[in-house]
Amino acid sequence: MSSEQKILSTDGIPLEESLKQAEKKNKIKAFLLVTPLLLFLIITYIIPIADMFSRSIDDKMVTNMLPKTYKAMEQWDGKELPSEEVFKAFYLDYKILVENKTAGKLQTQLNYEKNGFKSVLKKLARKQKKFEEGNYKEQIMKVHKRWRNVDYWRAIKRRAPSYTYSKYLKGVDMYSNEEGKIIQVAENRRIHRILWSRTLEVAFFVTFFCFLMAYPIAHLLATLPMKYSNLLMICVLLPFWTSLLVRTASWMILLQQQGLVNDFFVWIGLVTNDNRPEMMYNKTGTYVAMTQILLPFMVLPLYSVMKTISPSLMRAGKSLGATPGVAFFKIYFPLTIPGIGAGCLLVFILAIGYYITPALVGGASGTLISNQIAYHMKSTLDWSFASAMGLMLLTGVLVIYWIYNKLVGVDNIKLG
Amino acid sequence: MSKKEDFVKFDKVDKSYDGKVLVVKDLNLDIEEGEFVTMLGPSGSGKTTCLMMLAGFETPTNGEIYLDKNPISNIPPHKRGIGMVFQNYALFPHMTVYENLAFPLRVRKISKDDIDKKVEKALSMVSLSGFGNRMPGQLSGGQQQRVAVARALVFDPSVVLMDEPLGALDKNLRESMQYEIKHIHESIGVTVVYVTHDQGEALTMSNRIAVFNDGKVQQLSSPDKLYEEPVNSFVAEFIGENNTFAGEISDISNGSCKVKLDKGEIIANPISVKSVGEKTTVSIRPERALINPKDKMDNNQKGKIEEVIYHGDHTRVRLNLLGNSEFILKVPNSSQNLDIKLGNEINIGWNSHDARALDPK
Repeated sequence: MSSEQKILSTDGIPLEESLKQAEKKNKIKAFLLVTPLLLFLIITYIIPIADMFSRSIDDKMVTNMLPKTYKAMEQWDGKELPSEEVFKAFYLDYKILVENKTAGKLQTQLNYEKNGFKSVLKKLARKQKKFEEGNYKEQIMKVHKRWRNVDYWRAIKRRAPSYTYSKYLKGVDMYSNEEGKIIQVAENRRIHRILWSRTLEVAFFVTFFCFLMAYPIAHLLATLPMKYSNLLMICVLLPFWTSLLVRTASWMILLQQQGLVNDFFVWIGLVTNDNRPEMMYNKTGTYVAMTQILLPFMVLPLYSVMKTISPSLMRAGKSLGATPGVAFFKIYFPLTIPGIGAGCLLVFILAIGYYITPALVGGASGTLISNQIAYHMKSTLDWSFASAMGLMLLTGVLVIYWIYNKLVGVDNIKLG
Repeated sequence: MSKKEDFVKFDKVDKSYDGKVLVVKDLNLDIEEGEFVTMLGPSGSGKTTCLMMLAGFETPTNGEIYLDKNPISNIPPHKRGIGMVFQNYALFPHMTVYENLAFPLRVRKISKDDIDKKVEKALSMVSLSGFGNRMPGQLSGGQQQRVAVARALVFDPSVVLMDEPLGALDKNLRESMQYEIKHIHESIGVTVVYVTHDQGEALTMSNRIAVFNDGKVQQLSSPDKLYEEPVNSFVAEFIGENNTFAGEISDISNGSCKVKLDKGEIIANPISVKSVGEKTTVSIRPERALINPKDKMDNNQKGKIEEVIYHGDHTRVRLNLLGNSEFILKVPNSSQNLDIKLGNEINIGWNSHDARALDPK
């Protein structure tokens, strides 16, 4: 039989088609079953992220406040002072803003772009009431000599596009200057980079400490007889069931300078009473509390992988002449790598966006990037900057996931 | 080189896990060099525990195990040089077949060339040449089993232990693997201690079989002796099929005895009974009882056929004989036409020599 010959079903319909028809109902059924979840994901996840993204690059405010100006500026090349036309358009736009008492926003926004713009604009607001019709260029330039400086007009022009990536630049302590060049902010103002690197550092070490502590626990869990391992499992899960806030608060009780741990150190004579070490409101506190809180996320994937490793493999290794150490590193350890990968990825990604614990026990030197995001959400109300940083964090997580996939392979992950 | 008779020696070995129950009781067992000894018994009889003690994964509670005259209780498993094949193969899933086989050689720091040679030789021994680069997961159960056997042999151990290695295979594969393992044993002459609960396996492969029950060796002898001459009713029951009559000795003389049953009396061969009045269980193999015997036999009874099951090469007939309604006969499928029909009464005869009067159950 030639391979090109079409196979027909008993009714004479090509087999492929009749299979499709038969499967169609099941496919629709399957799709309907996942629809609620799909909708849920779109509403609670995809849409907010899209909203965050549009917020982070949104710069329509200035554009909308100066519609005529930007229309007139389209022909301006930005080399010399703009023409009368632009001056007139700006005067008209600004007049409306002053009358509506919304000029303040524009003043603030343009002051971001060029220092000293605010006072120039305020002066214009006062003087423009007396303006006569015609020759606005002369009249405006008379109000303040800075209006003769082309830089100020360039600053306005720079805000013309309704989208900007300046928030992202700000997130890595950079900005674009008057000429549109991207440069770094002054060294003493580079706080975000410190926060980013501290966040990565804390996430890395927390993951590492979690791994060190979770590996033996998971091994015990997987090898102990049932009645003991159940008890141990409850010990692992109990903190999990306790409120995060309560756990963090209990660490505050333990770690503060007059706290239990310090009392104990003094009691055994490790430190003197007036020389109690600070273990909280700094990085140490963040490390200790976050490691404890994230520990179950490392223990559980490791446990689920270790549970599947037959004890006879280690026995086989030993019977073949490997010392217990060699048998562990050549046989047991490689087999737990999927669990290590899953646990590390989970803990690292959770740690990188951790908020409550560093906020409570981190102090000034222990806060992370998420605390900065929250600060901009709640205190400065610069939501677009908060969104930009949130998206940068998300991108960072995705990059880590991608690297991880390249190195270990996501199919190797085992979460249970 | 003369063979050492007590190459592996269990000397008064006791084992208890919880301090309350003895899993192995006063075990004494000598295994000759190059011998294939099977530990056979129902689950929980202590056979696997014995194997684990020999491998070093369990320590005897009392007594000592000797390997080539050296006590080994204090030697950790990796220094014993005993190969082991595990029930579920225990191949390392993250290593290729080659790496699995090379593992015992690498930990012994053998040179790369020698490793290549030895691995190649071991693979060809189990007819898996060319499979070196496969992962164990890509092999069938039988192939994995052969890799496990090759791995246990590749470093030339003096003793190889096998813990129900064929348990996970299907029937046909199990049978062919039995012969394969037997042939490997014969060709390289290694001492094998084999654990199984499958009597067919034990009978086909072994030089000697140790039947375990209740932590004790019930009988240690060659397969044929075990089948033909079981020393107690447990062995008789456990190995092969068996018809039993419970009764009391009414007369004993000159190597034969009379056993009084609830209904009737039979003449039997006294094995573990000595005096009149003792309780006994008489054991007769189904194939030793004949229908309508031509020769004169000293036991002749009439039985009623209660069930006939056709098995192809033979027919199983269940009779009610002397009050025992579980009396089984195996009738070979020959041209000889016997009148085997449900409800018929037939004559059954057997020699008193084949009716072994053993300990009461």
